[in-house]
Amino acid sequence: MKWFSLKKREELPTKKAWIIRGAAIVLSILCAGLVILLLGFNPLVTFGEMVKGALGSKIRLTQTMLKAIPLIVTTLGIIIAFKMKFWNIGGEGQIMMGALAASFVALNFPDMPRALLLLCMAIAAVIGGGLWAFIPAFFKAKMGTNETIFTLMLNYLAIKFVTYLQYGPWRDPGSKGFPKVADFSQNAILPNVFGLHVGWIIALVLIAIIYIFMNYTKKGYEISVVGESLDTARYAGMNIKSIIITAMLISGGLCGLTGMIQASAIEKTLTYSLSAGMGFTAIITAWLSRLNALASLFVCVAFAVLLQGGAYIQISMQIPASVADMIQGILLFFVLSSEFFLQYKVNFHFKKAKGVA
Amino acid sequence: MEPVKAIEMKDICKAFGSVKANEDVNLTVYNGEIHALLGENGAGKSTLVNMLSGIYTPDSGFISVYDQEVHFASPKDSIKKGIGMIHQHFKLVDVLSAQENIILGSSKDGAFVKRKKLAQEIKKLSDQYGLDINPNKKVYEMSVGEKESLEIIKVLYRGAKILIMDEPTAVLTPQEIKRLFEIIRNMKKQGCAIIIITHKLNEVMEISDRVTVLRKGKTVGTVNTNEVEVQALIEMMVGKKIDLAITKEEIAEKELLMKVDGLYVVNQDKKHALKDISFSLYSHEILGVAGVAGSGQKELCETIAGLNPAEKGRVFFEGENILGKTPQEIIRLGIRMGFIPEDRLGMGLIGSMDIVDNIILKDYQNAPGMFLKRSRYHEKANRIVNRLDIQTPGIFYPVKKLSGGNIQKVLLGREIDSDPRVLITAYPVRGLDIGASLTIYDLLNEQKRKGVGILFIGEDLDVLIDLCDRVMVFCGGEVMGIVDPKKVTKEEIGLLMAGGRMGEGVRHEVV
Ligand SMILES: Nc1ncnc2c1ncn2[C@@H]1O[C@H](COP(=O)(O)OP(=O)(O)OP(=O)(O)O)[C@@H](O)[C@H]1O
Ligand SMILES: [Mg+2]
Repeated sequence: MKWFSLKKREELPTKKAWIIRGAAIVLSILCAGLVILLLGFNPLVTFGEMVKGALGSKIRLTQTMLKAIPLIVTTLGIIIAFKMKFWNIGGEGQIMMGALAASFVALNFPDMPRALLLLCMAIAAVIGGGLWAFIPAFFKAKMGTNETIFTLMLNYLAIKFVTYLQYGPWRDPGSKGFPKVADFSQNAILPNVFGLHVGWIIALVLIAIIYIFMNYTKKGYEISVVGESLDTARYAGMNIKSIIITAMLISGGLCGLTGMIQASAIEKTLTYSLSAGMGFTAIITAWLSRLNALASLFVCVAFAVLLQGGAYIQISMQIPASVADMIQGILLFFVLSSEFFLQYKVNFHFKKAKGVA
Repeated sequence: MEPVKAIEMKDICKAFGSVKANEDVNLTVYNGEIHALLGENGAGKSTLVNMLSGIYTPDSGFISVYDQEVHFASPKDSIKKGIGMIHQHFKLVDVLSAQENIILGSSKDGAFVKRKKLAQEIKKLSDQYGLDINPNKKVYEMSVGEKESLEIIKVLYRGAKILIMDEPTAVLTPQEIKRLFEIIRNMKKQGCAIIIITHKLNEVMEISDRVTVLRKGKTVGTVNTNEVEVQALIEMMVGKKIDLAITKEEIAEKELLMKVDGLYVVNQDKKHALKDISFSLYSHEILGVAGVAGSGQKELCETIAGLNPAEKGRVFFEGENILGKTPQEIIRLGIRMGFIPEDRLGMGLIGSMDIVDNIILKDYQNAPGMFLKRSRYHEKANRIVNRLDIQTPGIFYPVKKLSGGNIQKVLLGREIDSDPRVLITAYPVRGLDIGASLTIYDLLNEQKRKGVGILFIGEDLDVLIDLCDRVMVFCGGEVMGIVDPKKVTKEEIGLLMAGGRMGEGVRHEVV
């Protein structure tokens, strides 16, 4: 006897869909609150602290935005790949290779004029990340290999390679045995604009560019068509291989740029932990944005608030890190499952079990 | 004996957003009855039967099955009530065998399947209804007709006594249709109730006991088939009389457009799909291609369009060999192909995109610059919608939400409206209603008048004879002959299609 069955829904009216999404957020807050209560904390205070921690002061707001910026740029990259149904889960590796390429430039030409150096670093990062994405794209286009496994494995390759550099050839002899790459020169560090490194402007500009690219250009249109139906793309005379490769160069290039931003503005050097799981987080944010570049702005900022708020309550309320993670987990769980319920309808059978069903 | 009401639908309403797909529709089907549903494209036929199969839920109205009111929450509920639906687009898993497909998703004996018992049961069902199927054959090796049989066994295995078929004959060959009808008649004899949707009126007349006609979402009426004339049915469907005659205009001025010379094509199984094909296509003419489906028509279209490599041979267009050119180069030359595949959305359209984005699919590359110039195509989209009477809330409506026939009109409209030099259409009227089919013939004639050379791959011999200037007959990947339809009979063409050589009875011209 089955207790429930699933059925794919007819498309819901937009208004109803938003009501369901809203309800999910309310429910998740209630549920997280309950957990917090059971653990002996006051939920209202905890949530208050989270909001305060993320948005409460200029410094905290800055911290939140510092988390949002790389997430946005990475998410944009993932959106392009996913729109083509190319499951790029290699964001991590592409970020690393971007950071690596940017660091190479920064460390070798520390005295170049600032603007020029930063530009060269950015270009190197885009190429580095792009090439790292090009490898699986090339093999997919030519030999039909599976990109999911391929991109995933390249992550480890990239991270291990950077670890090797950090502990080996690139280790800073001046750091007294501490395994660390030398710090960048002042010229290789992104300047601040209104108290926040210039990455926020880059992110906003990229959002606009990618939005226009995906919706109003021929290439963006081709990427969508390839994602929808390879047969149709072929029939329309599109050069599928070149489209896959171009799209992945852009996708990986954006992830690579994230690497440069993080290396230059945050770490001020190259470290093997620089990607910090962003390549994976961006998969969630890309889906929640429904692969829409404009929506990614809001989704990523909301996500950053959650991350920053979670980090803050650990310090301010002595809440263990695991609880903060749990709250994030619960929120995510509800939001993601609301997307599921928007697509499927669940029917429970226990009442009619004996009668009709 | 009072006949048993298998299905009764009363005052059914169903809207999708602002589109009222069904309004106060009534339908009653008895056991032992074959009931045809008839209506123009977008009239709401599929929507109505999808409510019977639990895919959609009615907004209002009542459905009862065997005099018991039902509220289906999912297709499973409907299956439990003995309703089996066979969709226009088959829902089979290609890499599995027939047998595996049958047990898939059926919750009959729990998680484990007793293969032997299953094989027996399949055998019993096939014998009972005269179905013929090899349980171990993989779906991707099957012809469309076999897939249809498999779908039927699948629903019978789940205990269906009420069978619903949404345009089952649209992609079948005449032989397969004959067999399908035998199966349906067998089921009727066993007391099953059958609902069949088809746009082919001769099939309605041949197979059905009663017909219910829908027009723009409303029931026009239900009539006994043996008391009604085809013309009357059309009038019920369309709301007015229409002239069914297809015109053909001879245009003397002809010049050579395309010449296919000794074309060989090998398919995936390393067999010859096309063998030594040679013919010429002139301007101002419609060259028909007759043949059992799967005789190489698809390969011919795809090879000319550059989608399929040839083994050897040449295709000259304006004196230049176009074999080996990319599809894009061929599109630029003005060679357009509108192939209606078995899966309409599979090749040629993008379901989630709107009509405009589908219209630009083959032209966007020709506009200069890197941006899409959509607004340029609004007028064209509107023109196609009006000309082909596409039922849609607007040109910015996603194609996949249109009815089957209207989806197809978007594709055909785009290809015909592209000012081609050569137009290849394969099965253009599959799934189109009578009015729309006639419009397509008119449009093809209009193109012919403009000097376009049209390769028309068809299935209905009457249409091929009435519409085409010449008819080329295919059999097993070879050209059996090119005939003048004015000088041959249907039977003679049929003979060639079956592999009969040109000879005594058949006069022909070889070009
Ligand atoms: N899922 C859907 N979402 C929105 N509109 C829909 C949906 N399904 C059908 N419609 C609309 O409902 C109307 C009726 O469609 P339906 O598919 O029932 O027509 P039909 O009679 O089967 O036509 P055809 O002969 O072309 O298959 C059409 O105008 C169509 O656009
Ligand atoms: Mg339909």
